[in-house]
Amino acid sequence: MTTVFKKTPILTDAILHYCPGCGHGIVHRLVAEVIDELGIQNRTVALVPVGCAVFGYKYFNVDSVEAAHGRAPAAATGIKRTDPNRVVFTYQGDGDLASIGAAEIVHAAHRGEKITTIFINNAIYGMTGGQMAPTTLVGQKTTTSPYGRDEKHCGKPIRIAEMLATIEGSAYIARVAVNSPANIIAAKKAIKAAFQCQLDGKGFALVEVLSNCPTNWGMSPVESMEWLEQNMIPYYPLGVKKDTTKEV
Amino acid sequence: MAKKLMKGSEAVAEAAIQAGCHYFFGYPITPQNDIPEYMAARLPQVGGCFLQAESEVAAINMVYGAAAAGARVMTSSSSPGVSLKQEGMSYLAGAELPCVVVNMVRGGPGLGSIQPSQGDYFQATRGGGHGDYHPIVLAPSSVQEAVDLMHDAFDLADIYRTPAMILADGIIGQMMEPVEFHEHAKRELPAKEWAATGWDPKSGRPRAIVNSLYIEVDELQELNDRLQARYAVIREKEARAELYHTEGAELIICAYGTVARICKSAITLLEKKGYKVGLVRPITVWPFPEKQLREVMDQPSVKKAVTVEISAGQMVEDVRLTVNGTKPVEFFGKPGSYTPTAEEIAEYIMKSMEA
Ligand SMILES: Cc1ncc(C[n+]2csc(CCOP(=O)(O)OP(=O)(O)O)c2C)c(N)n1
Ligand code: SF4
Repeated sequence: MTTVFKKTPILTDAILHYCPGCGHGIVHRLVAEVIDELGIQNRTVALVPVGCAVFGYKYFNVDSVEAAHGRAPAAATGIKRTDPNRVVFTYQGDGDLASIGAAEIVHAAHRGEKITTIFINNAIYGMTGGQMAPTTLVGQKTTTSPYGRDEKHCGKPIRIAEMLATIEGSAYIARVAVNSPANIIAAKKAIKAAFQCQLDGKGFALVEVLSNCPTNWGMSPVESMEWLEQNMIPYYPLGVKKDTTKEV
Repeated sequence: MAKKLMKGSEAVAEAAIQAGCHYFFGYPITPQNDIPEYMAARLPQVGGCFLQAESEVAAINMVYGAAAAGARVMTSSSSPGVSLKQEGMSYLAGAELPCVVVNMVRGGPGLGSIQPSQGDYFQATRGGGHGDYHPIVLAPSSVQEAVDLMHDAFDLADIYRTPAMILADGIIGQMMEPVEFHEHAKRELPAKEWAATGWDPKSGRPRAIVNSLYIEVDELQELNDRLQARYAVIREKEARAELYHTEGAELIICAYGTVARICKSAITLLEKKGYKVGLVRPITVWPFPEKQLREVMDQPSVKKAVTVEISAGQMVEDVRLTVNGTKPVEFFGKPGSYTPTAEEIAEYIMKSMEA
């Protein structure tokens, strides 16, 4: 019998607590596979956020640090600065990164901090029960925008990838999605490039991953993937937003 | 080593480096800017890293990261900035990480003043952030003592896996005094096996997880029991105070930091007039030196205690808890930034003793 697929050793055997059909599990696997393929387990430190991925330290089979809500880029900076040979990545949701931690991510990029950030944009606060995020789409109903997000009342959703791409210190910025096999393959490629960027000492790297939250969107996993395709991708265009890693 | 005339803040920074601290993260605020400025110049020379953070919130979280990786690390600030560090300090305490935080206290509340104050005593000694925790808090009353306590702060933080704080008023930071950087006795420090440095599964050590999340009731209980047991040891072993002219005194002044020095001058004035007054000066304000103060207060000659602070009366609560109603405890001081003179203190004491 030939083995065609096997779980990466960079994920532990702990059972994921994510809801069925949630994109977090997919992204965990992609990140873990990339760490495995790059052979960097023994020098990688994961910074997990406050959000649904708060238990990330149980799953990523690397030394892990749980950061306060939104502060992972600052904590990652502290780790990286004590030893530049370490590979440090943060894994953050859109409440964590785009709202309470907006200053920390902007300044990590501004300093050209040589860390990698995996940013899960699911247009909602998952863990706290489906409140509005800065990334919630106009008209999208959440528990704190029960009539749908009203742009006159609380603005239009923030495009983090494009914003961070304008910052001089960022070296690699991409937006991907995990709603289809083709997009998942592209997502892994971007995640690998974002880690390679750090290994090459080029500067700050971030991959924004459009993901789903079937539970708080009130949809089945399949419906949520379709909703992502039809509503999120048009507002949040996929692709590499910036790549200075190839420049000499 | 010869004595050197140095500004308090710079001396504190140099002492930290000599204590092996090679990482500093901070955000500018008066009156402590000399610390980050000194670090910015010196740390690159010793192969360390100074980084100006975007805020005090970020600075303390950078400290959290560096501490999680096992480094000796510090930050410094003054009152409004230290307020912003409280969330991070709670996480450091919860994740059992050592670090040193310097607070050159200025007047409050709000933006307050840039003059010295002791208004942050409650925040420093009660934990300041959320949850049941205490940093170890050391309160120097001279530049030399600040230098010496810096070494203690780092060692105690490492031994007890807790944040430690240097609580100094702005006067200590701003004044120049002769200091000597002597060799400090090396303490036996525990290895940081828990540090997140990158894990090789073949290394034999367990995978490091630095964390303060304990979602199950009994797991959180375990953390809290561990912390409280540690705090009990700290209370028992680390409380320190200076006793000055306490033997046979009729009145005991309790004061810390710069104010304690002014109280010594007041005592000189009072002694010339024949009053028998002593001083108990807490060097650690958490743990509060209960035993030392109680012994002094238990002397039959002692009639009462007066606590002197630049605050509305904060440490006086610890003095009252310690004296526990056995003798009267009075308070002299003002909130804000008014530093009392020796004459004012002496006058208050005389009236109090005549009353
Ligand atoms: C200082 C602070 N404020 C608020 C919270 C509560 N909280 C926990 S998770 C969260 C938002 C999580 O949403 P997101 O970052 O989008 O991640 P997701 O759960 O969707 O993966 C909030 C507000 C907290 N833990 N700490
Ligand atoms: S609440 Fe949403 S984001 Fe969180 S695990 Fe469930 S589906 Fe995923």
